[in-house]
Amino acid sequence: MVTNPISNAEPKMRARDVSVYYGTKKAIDAVSIDIPTEYVTAFIGPSGCGKSTFLRTLNRMNDTIASARVEGRIELDGEDIYESGMDVVQLRARVGMVFQKPNPFPKSIYENVAYGPRIHGFAEGKADLDAVVERSLRRAGLWEEVKDRLEDSGTALSGGQQQRLCIARAIAVEPEVILMDEPCSALDPIATAKIEELIDELRGRYAIVIVTHSMQQAARVSQRTAFFHLGHMVEYGETSQIFTTPRETRTQDYITGRYG
Amino acid sequence: MSPAFLILLALGLGLIAWLAARARAWSFKRSNPGTRLAALPSYHGWYVAFWVVLPMLAFAVLWSVVQPMLVEQSVLANPAAADLPGFALERETMLAEARAVATGAAPAVFNPDAQRLVAPYREALSRFNLIGLIAALVIAFAGGAWAFLRLRPDFRARTKVERTVMALLLLASLVAILTTLGIFVSLVFESVRFFGMISPADFLFGTRWGPDPMSPAESADPSRYGAIPLFWGTIYIGAIIAMIVAIPLGLMSAVYLTQYADPRWRRVLKPALEILAGVPTVVYGYFAALTVAPAIRDAAIAIGIDNASSESALAAGLVMGVMIIPFVSSMADDSIAAVPSAMRDGSLAMGATTNETIRRVLLPAALPGIVAGVMLAISRAIGETMIVVMAAGAAANLTANPLEAMTTVTFQIVAMLTGEGSFDNPATLSAFALGLVLFLVTLALNFIALRVVKRFREAYE
Repeated sequence: MVTNPISNAEPKMRARDVSVYYGTKKAIDAVSIDIPTEYVTAFIGPSGCGKSTFLRTLNRMNDTIASARVEGRIELDGEDIYESGMDVVQLRARVGMVFQKPNPFPKSIYENVAYGPRIHGFAEGKADLDAVVERSLRRAGLWEEVKDRLEDSGTALSGGQQQRLCIARAIAVEPEVILMDEPCSALDPIATAKIEELIDELRGRYAIVIVTHSMQQAARVSQRTAFFHLGHMVEYGETSQIFTTPRETRTQDYITGRYG
Repeated sequence: MSPAFLILLALGLGLIAWLAARARAWSFKRSNPGTRLAALPSYHGWYVAFWVVLPMLAFAVLWSVVQPMLVEQSVLANPAAADLPGFALERETMLAEARAVATGAAPAVFNPDAQRLVAPYREALSRFNLIGLIAALVIAFAGGAWAFLRLRPDFRARTKVERTVMALLLLASLVAILTTLGIFVSLVFESVRFFGMISPADFLFGTRWGPDPMSPAESADPSRYGAIPLFWGTIYIGAIIAMIVAIPLGLMSAVYLTQYADPRWRRVLKPALEILAGVPTVVYGYFAALTVAPAIRDAAIAIGIDNASSESALAAGLVMGVMIIPFVSSMADDSIAAVPSAMRDGSLAMGATTNETIRRVLLPAALPGIVAGVMLAISRAIGETMIVVMAAGAAANLTANPLEAMTTVTFQIVAMLTGEGSFDNPATLSAFALGLVLFLVTLALNFIALRVVKRFREAYE
């Protein structure tokens, strides 16, 4: 079911009839969606509905699961990312990802952020790299908290700081899209509020897709919401419309808490 | 009174006690159907059975030490022993002979004088056997009766049994610890005797090794007891050559198995690799001596090194390295697998290749575990004996040339202890000093490795 693309501008990513199988089990059934740069897009739905699976198809992280198979077409700037000529390494540099549990590398804060620029050769010389690290940490709202201890281990930070470090790390490679897989589910409300604020600041610069369990969070940070249920994308539209006047009864049932 | 008989007797009595006590507990229940016992009837059974068996066995252990002394005293008090020779060694021999005949271990006495002692010995033995048996039974019954009389419907037999079981388990674990301690003490004891003859400075810092087991102990030449060539040989073969082979191969196979191998391949390869650890070291030894060492010598001669010997440090080290591969690879495998997959995903999601992810994220994160594995492997390698005995030679050369014969600490321990020397000769005693050094070094390596592993585990909890 193709849901009508709401944005007028050319979407950053476009998925058409995407199905995902784990072995013989179908986890995602024919999902089509457009992801614009100027808005934050939220995927909501009950556990096991396939929203995280679908998110991971967007930067081919499903490749790491041997039994996973993807059908359909996913485009980044009009280019099919599942085409045989696609360089997965380049793709992931353009489509960054932040995970459910903060996963900084067991290295210093500086090295965590410098990791991407180093492997992709973005920075020339120490001064350049310093600048990239500072800019990324500033954008992630972490600079003021860590500027005096960049050599400390990234794993020594608090959970919320670790997650912002992971966002800084993703930003450092100048991605075009940032995928966030329940980025606040392991954080307390204060850390969550900071991340949400940060997402709002990053909007417009990057196409952001966030998977979340929390409908309040989807309502707070996103402008577009897609509701997933049992591997189907049930409904996609403006967040305010989804939460106030959903077209589908299943969406209605979910957001009013009848199940999920 | 044979130990087997006593143990069987104790177990038999224990079974009777168990049945009786359980029946008693059931009777509490039957006579007053409403009550709930504080413990299941079988716990009452165990409680009484423990009180029968454990004191009895403890007594039996004690008695097995005390009885021979009592027997001997009683024999010596016998008039037949009055004209025993005063010289202690002679007297001991005669007593031992009489004892052997009396217990049936020998058919007849060699020394006719000892014949007179056989009868008193026999008599004393049977008397003390009987005394021991009766005492054991009395103790068993006393323990059993005391425990049996304590049984009540509200008696907490379960917690008592629990505590007894805990004590038994503690005892079991103490056995291993005490054995280690005993080994250490005996090593120290003999080493002290050795260092009484040869100064530790000569031993630890001397560069010439060539003890002569036949020379008299009083005129031992300290300059022939320099262990540096042995330490060097041990380190060169076990910690340098073997590790040059084992670390890269072990690490690379671990990386392949955890990161690249298809699960089906992994299921075949991993056990195959671990089989290497199960090959007896003597088999590696003759592989080193008969196949690798001649091949190395021929290769050396082919490239123009004509004094290459057929026993070489290189042959022993290479084969030892192969032997150690499974240690390194399985520790590295475990520690790489212990790095959370979130690290790997995080790196891949940044656009790193698998190779970059391994080099920059997985290996640094797994490094402590890998280091610990390498340390355990080194301690295993320097304690290894068979391969060096068969392939490295016996000459204590202090050289960096891997094609020369070399010897190690373990080899010299074997050589010194299996020689002709007596146990008050420094040459023989040097084996204990060498053993002590080896023990301390491997202990230190294992200790450090365990600490490192522990800290590593904590990092990801």
